[in-house]
Amino acid sequence: MLLQVDNLSVSFATRNGVQAAVKNVSYSVDKGQILGIVGESGSGKSVSCYSLLGLIPQPPGRIDSGTALFNGEDLLKLSPARQRDIRGNRIAMIFQDPMTSLNPFLSIGEQLLEPLVYHHDCSRAEARSRALQLLDEVGIVDGERKFSSFPHEFSGGMRQRVMIAMALITEPELLIADEPTTALDVTIQAQILRLIADLQSRHNIGVIFISHDLAVVNQLADHVLVMNKGEIVEAGPGERVLHKPQQAYTQTLIASTPRGAKIASGRERERDSETLVSVRSLSTSFVDYSSHAAKRVRAVNDVSFDLYRGEILGLVGESGSGKSTLGRSILRLVNVDEGTIEYDGVDLLALQGNDLMPYRQRMQMIFQDPFASLNPRMTIYDALAEPLLYHGLANRQSVQSAVLQLMDDVGLEGRFIRKYPHEFSGGQRQRIAIARALATGPEFIVTDEPVSALDVTVQKQILELLLALVAKHNLSMLFISHDLSVVRYLCDRVLVMRQASIIEAGDVENVWRDPASDYTRQLLASAPVL
Amino acid sequence: MVRFIALRLLQAIPVLFVVISATFFLVRQAPGGPFDAEKPVIPAVKRALEAKYNLDQSLWQQYLSYMGDLLQGDLGPSFKYPGWAVQDLIGSGFPVTAELGIYALLIALLIGTTAGVLAALKPNSAQDYVPMSVAMIGICMPTFLLGPLLVLVFGIWLEWLPISGWGDLPGDKILPSITLGAAYAAYVARLSRGGMLEVLSQDYIRTARAKGLPEHVVVLKHALRGGLVPVVAYLGPAFAGLLSGSFVVETIFQIPGLGRFYVQAAFNRDYTMILGTTIFLSTLIVLFNLLSDVIATWMNPRLRDGLRGGSQ
Repeated sequence: MLLQVDNLSVSFATRNGVQAAVKNVSYSVDKGQILGIVGESGSGKSVSCYSLLGLIPQPPGRIDSGTALFNGEDLLKLSPARQRDIRGNRIAMIFQDPMTSLNPFLSIGEQLLEPLVYHHDCSRAEARSRALQLLDEVGIVDGERKFSSFPHEFSGGMRQRVMIAMALITEPELLIADEPTTALDVTIQAQILRLIADLQSRHNIGVIFISHDLAVVNQLADHVLVMNKGEIVEAGPGERVLHKPQQAYTQTLIASTPRGAKIASGRERERDSETLVSVRSLSTSFVDYSSHAAKRVRAVNDVSFDLYRGEILGLVGESGSGKSTLGRSILRLVNVDEGTIEYDGVDLLALQGNDLMPYRQRMQMIFQDPFASLNPRMTIYDALAEPLLYHGLANRQSVQSAVLQLMDDVGLEGRFIRKYPHEFSGGQRQRIAIARALATGPEFIVTDEPVSALDVTVQKQILELLLALVAKHNLSMLFISHDLSVVRYLCDRVLVMRQASIIEAGDVENVWRDPASDYTRQLLASAPVL
Repeated sequence: MVRFIALRLLQAIPVLFVVISATFFLVRQAPGGPFDAEKPVIPAVKRALEAKYNLDQSLWQQYLSYMGDLLQGDLGPSFKYPGWAVQDLIGSGFPVTAELGIYALLIALLIGTTAGVLAALKPNSAQDYVPMSVAMIGICMPTFLLGPLLVLVFGIWLEWLPISGWGDLPGDKILPSITLGAAYAAYVARLSRGGMLEVLSQDYIRTARAKGLPEHVVVLKHALRGGLVPVVAYLGPAFAGLLSGSFVVETIFQIPGLGRFYVQAAFNRDYTMILGTTIFLSTLIVLFNLLSDVIATWMNPRLRDGLRGGSQ
């Protein structure tokens, strides 16, 4: 056995006392095997691997018990120096966010060489030729020239390739990949997953693949561990764990992962209902200040579509496709270059100042990150009462009961009314954000990736909530997402956006069955399925 | 790059113009004049002196003729040191002040970054609290207190070092340099601690550790470059502050530097000397701020590209 972990327990000293992060966890990986560890945030899936390599800060972290035999040597009993010998040499790691995992101050080449130079006593010239060879192997062309480039000149996918090359340069026996594709677009994710599988079989190494995404793990792993609250809930061959789960928690996880068509389709969209929003030839651009030479970027280019009353219209696309800018343009949160937006027959772009106010009340937005979009110094009561009072929907006497009504609508208990955002979990915060959007009694809501930051079981609850609210308040919704399975689960029709343009539109099931454009076909094929 | 620097230099012109004009009129608003002394000068002599230095003209005429001379690089004659031009006086005092400033800056950087980096490596431990408390004291303690204290301890009690002068006795440059550099060392320590703490929590430091690099490589190679950006950005203002703020130290240690000329000029109402020194120092401040901005930008590969783009 390459790595055999037994009875590993890790705890962290926090302000609220000592908290166990990993409890009596045992697992093993062999050469040529991919072990998938799945779990939600806080399940201890990362800590159970990081602690083997001395990568958790101690204190506050502490390894309470356990052994981790790596080729017969207990990793947990090694001196720091010996641990460094193994780390990055015989056990290598890649991380979630390739945008932040490479040092922005050092050239790609310099960072690639380091493991060889420090572990193998190898000359820089030898290391360089080996690095160039690996860059080629991970699919980076023109490595010679890329060698002196800096990370910011690379896209996310390219950076993750560099990370993989860096991890493999010392020919490790074990690779630990912590959510390596979570920050990537779905087509790039597919490429990186293929690359990892390919390299794994070619070099016959063991891989531990940590992910929250069951579909991704399903695609890759031979063996799967399901973790929850620091414990292993279920372990076994991937096929059995993910398709015939024995434990209730695993079953919940799998049931929460959106699959197939809308399950909760109690509601049928009334066909040929009237048009609520009609967008014609819309273009929006903004100035990109990320480099000194500011340049104008057209984020939305000549886009036209209709949104019908009572429908949920999905808007999918990869990062940088312009989907968020399109959503904000419709709500007039950003300035539009040209085109028309008709809302319920009124030209929105012609309205200014106070004339726009009634429409602001009828259109609302829910953002991706409820941590960032709620003011940390306002209680729920403040956040919800503000729009009610401002738009004259409640007065001083009635506002409290109106706020309580809103909280009840989104499934929050009334006793939370004086609490601040940081006192809530991510899912609860997104409920607050939804309540805030509902406060003005809107008929149209733009939601921008509202469930992307949430764990899958919480995501399911929020999706159900959105469906219920759409039915209850007869809402129309533009649902922006990068996640194809969520869109398929929730939406009636879908728009596919790429490079600032809409390249496909249609009923969700039709598009899934028979995509008209190559790009949509590629997107659908790239999405991992459970 | 060239465009960036040229643009910044152009922006400096209105700044300097306002500084010069404000100083010109302000010093003349101060009571007394260059030729008022305890022993009154004979009125005829005073009139002759004022005529010689154009002080009998209207304020506007004086201003215009001064600005005209300035554009030709002439800072005018000193009123108090007959026969000396202001630029010559600055030329004699500045090298001393610059040398003192450089030593003080080196001390500030050496002590400050070391203390700051060490503190950041073990935050909230004795290794953090002790240097940071000392730094706090350093920031709070004025030079006119620290200087005499150092003189008392190292000059008078221990008799290790000379207590005044500049370049006359071996080691007489040490105490003034430390006195001047101490407050800046403290500030640099706080800046580098903050910068390092931020960088050390970045994902790419975790990557460096995961590669199995020795800790000194992680700190010195991967973290320091980013961690010291705030310090570099502060170097320009710091050096300018060292130069223009050195008169207290120069007075305590009897150093013939520019700072002493500056303060004496203010007491003497030596209008041209005050103006000349102000112009000289404010030009230096503008230049050093620009220089440290350029270096800080150059250290960041991402912004460096922007600079290159700007020169095209």
